[in-house]
Amino acid sequence: MLSAKRTISDLRVFSRGYLRNKFGLFFGLIFPVILILIFGAIFSGNSSGTITVYVQNQDTGPFPAPSMDVATSFIDAFNHTGTVNVQLVSPSENFSRYLADHSSSDGIIIPKNFSADYLEGIPINLTVYGNPSASSSAIVSGTVIGLANEFNLRRFNGTAIIGLTQTTVNTEQTKYVDFLIPGLVGFSILVSPMFSLVNISSEYKKTKLFKQLSLTPLTKMEWLASKVLFYIVLSAVSFLLMVAVGVFAFGAHVTLTVWLIPFLILGPMLFASLGMLVGTVTKNPETAGVVGNIVTFPMMFLSGTFFPISIMPQYLQSIAHVLPLYYIIEGLNAVMVYANYAQALLDIAVVTVITVVLFVAAAKVFKWRE
Amino acid sequence: MKVLGLDPWENGYELHKKIGVIPQEFTFFEKATPREAIKYYADLFGVRVDPDEILKEVLLDDSAGVLFENLSGGQKQKMGLALSLVNSPELLFLDEPTTGLDPNARRAIWEVIRGLRSKGKTIILTTHYLDEAQQLSDRVAIMNHGHIVAMGTSDEIIAEHGSGERLEIHGTEKLADYIKANTELKVDFDGKDLISIKLNQKIDALAALAAAEQSGLDWGEIHTRRDSLDDVFVKLVSGVMDEHGEIKTKHNGRNPRNQGGSR
Repeated sequence: MLSAKRTISDLRVFSRGYLRNKFGLFFGLIFPVILILIFGAIFSGNSSGTITVYVQNQDTGPFPAPSMDVATSFIDAFNHTGTVNVQLVSPSENFSRYLADHSSSDGIIIPKNFSADYLEGIPINLTVYGNPSASSSAIVSGTVIGLANEFNLRRFNGTAIIGLTQTTVNTEQTKYVDFLIPGLVGFSILVSPMFSLVNISSEYKKTKLFKQLSLTPLTKMEWLASKVLFYIVLSAVSFLLMVAVGVFAFGAHVTLTVWLIPFLILGPMLFASLGMLVGTVTKNPETAGVVGNIVTFPMMFLSGTFFPISIMPQYLQSIAHVLPLYYIIEGLNAVMVYANYAQALLDIAVVTVITVVLFVAAAKVFKWRE
Repeated sequence: MKVLGLDPWENGYELHKKIGVIPQEFTFFEKATPREAIKYYADLFGVRVDPDEILKEVLLDDSAGVLFENLSGGQKQKMGLALSLVNSPELLFLDEPTTGLDPNARRAIWEVIRGLRSKGKTIILTTHYLDEAQQLSDRVAIMNHGHIVAMGTSDEIIAEHGSGERLEIHGTEKLADYIKANTELKVDFDGKDLISIKLNQKIDALAALAAAEQSGLDWGEIHTRRDSLDDVFVKLVSGVMDEHGEIKTKHNGRNPRNQGGSR
């Protein structure tokens, strides 16, 4: 009873209107990309290791041969660990005063006679400044300790027995942006259809546009189908854009498989139905907007969109488990990051059930004419 | 009851294809143009039309490519008319098509409606403007709370329910009394300066004027007057109000007794 011709005709008018509305276009396509750029730049840029550390080298020599300037080679080695960016401070400065003036808490003092004591085997004490509550200070002191041990070993011609290879859970190396993409894809699947359908359904009800459409052969299922189709296409385009930006701007590793398709189809359908429900059961567009926000915003933050839910307290995690977006993001992560298809299958099952329930409810509650 | 041979309750969907309806305060998708809207409706109804031809018919061809949100009130209403024509309906329902429009826009809509009428379309138009009904219609029905209280051409309704022709003379109460005393006519005085004389025949006007001249009193402007559809409407609708006083008081704050009390 669904006429493809009428559905497509409605889809054409709706998408043309959407493309002419700069605001919708921004939130549907541009905004998620901006989020990827911002979060990607904050958490996974190349500068991630460069903590600025001020170093005051009080060991000014004199050195009989350049090779005997151990202090300078220690600082060079420190600078080449890749985690810090060394700024030398003149030996004449009051070091703690200098750190405070530069709003920094991370610094090292290399004492006088460092090189000579090292070569003669006299114990030396390095002074490391740090802020116990800042993670950067922990990184700095860890790096200094590692480097000191290396120099200690070398002094007595020893060899390291225990070495380590750093890796992450996936077989391939994983970056923050790899986790960020599924979360923000989930975000865009939620936001566009949800806000748009809340707005349209309450607005059309108020202006009696639904009643007007009911005077044509267009049926409400055709109208609903055209909206769902539109947001499936929009989500797919947004998905490709976000992946492209993630890959080209941040070198993200993304696995693209057919397993993504169920999420990209069910997700927009789920949130279009939910938006439709909110817009229909509320009295006017103002109330609809408020209720829509109440439903959307907690879901946006508690479903693992911007950060993994494992860092949240237990009770918030329990809340996350009743939010539909949680299962979409979990599933996207399972497919795109972990290649865990058993998990993905489970998530697809949960999302399918929620989608069917919400779609049937929306189609039932939504009245073509009052 | 059947409309165009179809039962509206049983064949509502089929019937919709044969009628055109413009609801009161027609609205459409903000970001669509009249030309696109017509194509959209044509697709929905499964018909082929020339959008420009329809737009010409409703005098909107100059704004065919303007977004709905940028159209004026009158243009929006014309677009509604255009959409109701897409399925070439035999019967057209226009619900208050000129409410809220300025006089120029109203006249433009009237012109479109006259054009449609001359093409033989049956149009049912509801309105609160009785001059509009008088201007446009072949037949008028006056409804009060869901009941038709008068029906016919506007002349027929005026003749049946109006108070007939009157001669009105501006003058004093003394003059009114003089005419009353010296003719057989029914003479009313409004308490200020208007004397109203019911004319059973045209010749009664002469008798009234002769009496006025004879009186030797001053009198001003004279003219004859018939009830307009407006007068008849007020009379009919308030008449029914009196019969069902209680119900009407609830529905209609314009109950004369209520008004009197507040003055």
